[in-house]
Order: sequence, then structure tokens, then C-alpha cells
Amino acid sequence: MTGKLLTGGLLAGLVAAVLCFSFFKVVGEPTVERAIAFEQSMEEAKAKAKADEAAAKGLPAPTEQTEPELVSRPVQSSVGLLTGVGVFSMAFGGLFALVFALVYGRFGELGARATSAVLAAEGFVAIYLAPALKYPANPPSVGLPETIDMRTSLYLALVLISLAVMIAASLLRRSLAGRIGGWNAAILAGFAYIAVMVGVSLALPSVNEVPEGFPADLLWQFRIASLGGQALMWAILGLLFGVYAERLIGAKRPALRPVHA
Amino acid sequence: MTPATTLPVARPVAIPLREILPWALFGGLLLMLGIYFVGVEEGAVAMFKGMYVHEFVHDARHLLGFPCH
Repeated sequence: MTGKLLTGGLLAGLVAAVLCFSFFKVVGEPTVERAIAFEQSMEEAKAKAKADEAAAKGLPAPTEQTEPELVSRPVQSSVGLLTGVGVFSMAFGGLFALVFALVYGRFGELGARATSAVLAAEGFVAIYLAPALKYPANPPSVGLPETIDMRTSLYLALVLISLAVMIAASLLRRSLAGRIGGWNAAILAGFAYIAVMVGVSLALPSVNEVPEGFPADLLWQFRIASLGGQALMWAILGLLFGVYAERLIGAKRPALRPVHA
Repeated sequence: MTPATTLPVARPVAIPLREILPWALFGGLLLMLGIYFVGVEEGAVAMFKGMYVHEFVHDARHLLGFPCH
């Protein structure tokens, strides 16, 4: 059963990846291109300022060593993007299926489709949305190379904390459901998750490395594109996997509906 | 008067933990390695020398929300 669910998760992840890639290609890539153009114009301006300075001193203009291009832009924005999104989405599809196998029938009485949809919504909030509200996605040219270690640590730490808090909130909901009812327990657990995450986000250090003159609308559009792609991926994953799991589990379990006599 | 009858409801049946465990261990590890390569490799930490993996998945890393550069 778990193996079949895992296969279903990987397949749902693959479909989600294709749609997510298409969305990124149409909505996200133009913003990436604009951000790279901004980066290049900044570098050119810097090189020109250096050359002018050298000329004023009567020295020959310094020759800038350009980094060799390992992967061309057309490859990065097509095969590279598809591979990256594909591996990411299928990996999350597989992990999603494993978590589904674990929670199905253990957290309330929701059916397979509903369990899958709720789980995907929780995954999207815990793994992408909550961490992104503190450390949002950044386009090229935003972010200093020397702080990559710190930024990666902070981001991954927040993702793990968020995931742990979401698991704790789910356990809280399960233990309260018997006493105050499922609806109230879910609301209480939801507020508990939000309260803890607001506290954690306020406690962690802020990162602001947007270069001067970077267009605000471009930053907004890039982040919205990132949000949209992730939301699309999780939605497809949750809904599609739910259909698959419902068929798989429903086929194994005999229907208990009474026959009208 | 007909006696009151309760309809049996199909309750979800949990999958036994011992069936999930081996899949979760090996599958989970492999899948997390995949996420690592898309999100982190050749950024903050690196298994391979060079920047090829980083550059290849560059756009996906940015758009998926990972810190890059």
C-alpha cells in the first residue's frame, strides 16, 4: 500500500511540476530576466566608474575579468528550470505520500481526498508561506554573496521550526477534538500555530539586502510569481493525489453502505 | 413501529506503521537529497566542486524561494 501511494505521490508531483513550470515560465521568467538586466547595468556602471577613475589618474583602464558562463541563460530558463522544479515537486510529492500514509486514519475521520487536500494546505503554509513571510523569495541581484551561509541557515531553520510547530498544532487539534469538537479544535490549533510563528518570526534576525535603485514593482512581481507557483504546485499535489489515494484505498476496503431492503 | 437502525459508516483505516517505516526511511532520505540538490547544493554548502548544479537549477532555486548567491 505504501509503495503504491509513493508512486502516486511521485506521479502527482510530476503533473504538478509541469503546471508549476509553465506558470514560472510565463509569469516568473520575465521578472528573472529583468532582475538580471538590472544586475548587469549595475555592474557596467561600476566598471565605468572604475575606468573613469583610472583615466583621471592617467592610468590605463582596468580590464575586468568576466566570469565564464557555465550554463547559458536559455538553458537556465528552460531545461534547468524544468529540472529544478521537477525534482523539487516530485520529491515533495513522494514525501507527501509518505506523510499521507502516516496520518490517514490517525487524525480524525476525513476520507482520503479530504485528508490529502488538508495535508497539502498545511504543507503549503508550513513549508512555504510562513517561512516566506519572514524571508521572502528574492530575484537575482538581491542578496549579498557573502551572506549566503547565514541566509540559507536562517531560511532552512525557519522552515524546520514551522514544520515542527505545524506538527505540534495538529497533535493539539487531535487531542482537543474529543472535548471541544473538531471545528473548535481546528480553530484553536490554527491560532496556536499562527501565534507561535509570529513570535518566532519576530525573534529571528531580519535580512534586507535589496540594492539601492532596485525597482519595487519588480520585487513584488517576482515574489508574487514565486508564491503563485508554489501555491499551484501544492494545490495540484493535494487534489490529484487525493483522487488517486481514494481509488486505491476505496478499492481495498469493502463498501459499508447498507443495501436498501 | 420500526426499530431504530444505525447505518454503519466507513471509517478510515490507518496503514500499519511497520508497513510505512521502510518506505519512509529509504524513500524519505532519497527525496530529501533531491530537495537539497535543487535548493542548497553549491550555495551555502557543496558536495561537488564547481558551480554547475547551482547554475543549472539557478532559476528554479530563485523562484521556489530558496536563498541564492
